[in-house]
Amino acid sequence: MSKKYLVLVGLLLLTAIIFTGCSGGSSGEQILRTNNASEPGSLDPALAQGTHESWVLDHTFEGLMKVDPNLQVVPAMAKEYKVTPDNMTYTFTLRDDIKWSNGDPVTAGDFEFAWKRVLDPELAADYAYQAYYIKGGEAYNTGEGSKDDVAVKAIDDKTLEVTLAAPTPYFLELTAFYALYPVNQAVVEANPDWAKNAETHVSNGPFTLTEWEHNASIKIRKNENYYDKKSVKLTGIDFDIIDDENTAWQKYEGGDYDFLSPLPQAVVAQMKEEKNPELVIGAEVGTYYYNLNTKIKPFNNVKVRKGLSMTLDRETIVTKIAQGGQIAAEGVVPLGMKDEKGKEYRDAVGQLIEYNVAEGKKLFAEGLAEEGMTVADFNKFVLIYNTSEAHKKIAQAAQEMWRVNLGVEVGLENMDFQVKLDREKAGDFNISRAGWIGDYMDPITFIELWESSSPFNDAKYNNPEYDKMVKIAKTSGDKAERFEAMRAAEKMIMEDMPVVPVYFYTQPYAQKSYVKGVYKPLVNYPKLTYAELNK
Amino acid sequence: MKKYLLRRIIMSIITLWAIVTITFVLMHAVPGNPFAKEGKMPPVVYENLQKKYGLDRPLIEQYGIYLKNLLKGDFGDSMKSRVETVNDMIGRGFPVSAYLGAQSLLIALIIGPALGAFAALYQNKFPDYFSMIIAIIGISVPGFIMGTVLIQFVAKNVSWLPIGGWGEFRHTLLPAFALSLMPLAYTARLMRSSMLEILGQDYIKTAKSKGLEKSVVILKHAVRNAILPIVSVLGTLISNTLVGSFVIEKIFGIPGLGMFFVKSIVSRDYTLIMGTTIFYSIILIFMLLLVDIAYTFIDPRIRLTKEGR
Repeated sequence: MSKKYLVLVGLLLLTAIIFTGCSGGSSGEQILRTNNASEPGSLDPALAQGTHESWVLDHTFEGLMKVDPNLQVVPAMAKEYKVTPDNMTYTFTLRDDIKWSNGDPVTAGDFEFAWKRVLDPELAADYAYQAYYIKGGEAYNTGEGSKDDVAVKAIDDKTLEVTLAAPTPYFLELTAFYALYPVNQAVVEANPDWAKNAETHVSNGPFTLTEWEHNASIKIRKNENYYDKKSVKLTGIDFDIIDDENTAWQKYEGGDYDFLSPLPQAVVAQMKEEKNPELVIGAEVGTYYYNLNTKIKPFNNVKVRKGLSMTLDRETIVTKIAQGGQIAAEGVVPLGMKDEKGKEYRDAVGQLIEYNVAEGKKLFAEGLAEEGMTVADFNKFVLIYNTSEAHKKIAQAAQEMWRVNLGVEVGLENMDFQVKLDREKAGDFNISRAGWIGDYMDPITFIELWESSSPFNDAKYNNPEYDKMVKIAKTSGDKAERFEAMRAAEKMIMEDMPVVPVYFYTQPYAQKSYVKGVYKPLVNYPKLTYAELNK
Repeated sequence: MKKYLLRRIIMSIITLWAIVTITFVLMHAVPGNPFAKEGKMPPVVYENLQKKYGLDRPLIEQYGIYLKNLLKGDFGDSMKSRVETVNDMIGRGFPVSAYLGAQSLLIALIIGPALGAFAALYQNKFPDYFSMIIAIIGISVPGFIMGTVLIQFVAKNVSWLPIGGWGEFRHTLLPAFALSLMPLAYTARLMRSSMLEILGQDYIKTAKSKGLEKSVVILKHAVRNAILPIVSVLGTLISNTLVGSFVIEKIFGIPGLGMFFVKSIVSRDYTLIMGTTIFYSIILIFMLLLVDIAYTFIDPRIRLTKEGR
């Protein structure tokens, strides 16, 4: 019998031995290790769809302009630019010393090619509309115009001329957006699959793609052809691709990563509580809000909508529930945007949202009565949100606040993100959770969402006066006039309250104490270009 | 045997066609669209995408095109990835999942039946309790809990193994162990009950009374027959583990096929949904067929055709 025991113990021991191994070490190079939360759908700037692509692209490509560490939009591939007095035509002069990672010179022709390519309807680029600001751009993408009519032209190798459809005050900033990055015309034409593998990938930014193991890891290394390579201290950046936030966090905590974003919500709360110096609450321009379906009773009544908004305690939501350093919303435009005088946009507009339970309750009751409804009738309404622990908690808090303050029992319904979008587009909802992160640093990126014809206007807000203000803001060359129009528009929408803003987003991230030089542009992920590891 | 095989193959093709059709119809019936986005996508951009992937055509036409391509072995382009086709994704994800699955299955099939056999041989004694405690843990503790526990204690606290990732042998150990627990426990329990039943049979008593050595009686007569129930569940077990476990792959950051299953549904990546479902079905159908054939080799009493009786 003892022999059998021995066999059993031996078997278990053998298993234990098989299961032991050794962990790897790190080299002495300046390689920053982090995680990119999802596999990029493409590393071709024209085909990028969001954060997971743009974070890598923002380090491997560079546009005519870029956002520097002081968060200013400064010339990048362009040496300088001129703009006509009517703000319609921009002429960019490229730097002399710019090359692609394969050694080819970056030319104005590459920009012309790239911008027309992103508009090509057959390419079906998600972000094609970011080039609609160019005259003839929208017509080409919608199949109503031709490629030749798109008003972007390489005058010579170093000069690019762009004529806009209307004055666009934030156009320079748009040229720093990844959809408008250049691509190497010769490379793209020779091999349509150039962006699918590291071996054939060619870029013009501070780093170049050297390894891409799909769904597992991405490695980028310093681009020796980059004109400002002396400012780049890192040898490279290693991105893992792990979509589980908790596993990524464990790896950061275990020392496998030097930097991590995003972080699990509970981790942010705990780090804040502990005042952990590795936590950075990065600024973000985004608004978390609830859509109210203004096409159905009683949400068509402004008093009902204001009642719902006034009885929502946003301060409690951000401090006790969201806990990521978010800021209670003051309107639809988040903090961080600058006005015509270069000052914080919000300062002049001020707090447009009031927390006033007594007044809210009164308005709500009046509104319901006007619609011939009672509080009990309201109990059939449902707030829909896409499945996520954070959205659920916030929705439960809102439900409870409305229950206590208004005496209504709003139902909650979670669903797949795609289903929620479908229902919003079809107008099949009462209240729905939504959010928007700005594309560029101008309040219009938020204000235009609720233009009556906007495909994003899920609340179906329709106010001709508002539309008029949006038009002025989008087309006027006079800065003061357009900001005045935006301020008026925001006041208008917060008076009508078709959407109930909840909070302004932040982007918390973690970085080890030895990581220096990371900065967070307001509309992008943190920039690692000038980071250093002072171990 | 030949007739049986032919019949089974024809049945398998019909089953597969039914799966393709039902999945295709259900997929399009579920609300949601691969290109819907919480963003300012103008309708024309959306239409360009619909056109590019043929979603603007009537459903029956889409179905016809899909079947035609499928017959050529082409699962189509992923609607979310502009980098890889569905064939590429399966071709890359499956070997990863299969490697991990095979490793975990190996662990499970070596340790599980052995534990079960020991438990039966020493019923109500220490080896029995020990084996069954392991089996209970394996069955009742979900893989993601075990994975998290392993990450915390084996990877994070003592740094014996990496927390997650993929590429080296050491990356496979924790997930393979976490993945093996369930089949290990399952086979241990099956083996135990099967062994107990067989050890009480007359032919075992006869073998013993004939003076055969205990080890011969156990290995040749008891184990061989007791293993039959395990063989019968092997098909499902293999197909389940080979195509990957979404949860384990997710928490360990493994780029396997399991991950694609759920991701494709969440993002409504139609072609990927179809591709992974069909691929999984083929493996399952094939494994079940193999198990039926394997039966005949293990148990001569079982014949596949009427003529054989």
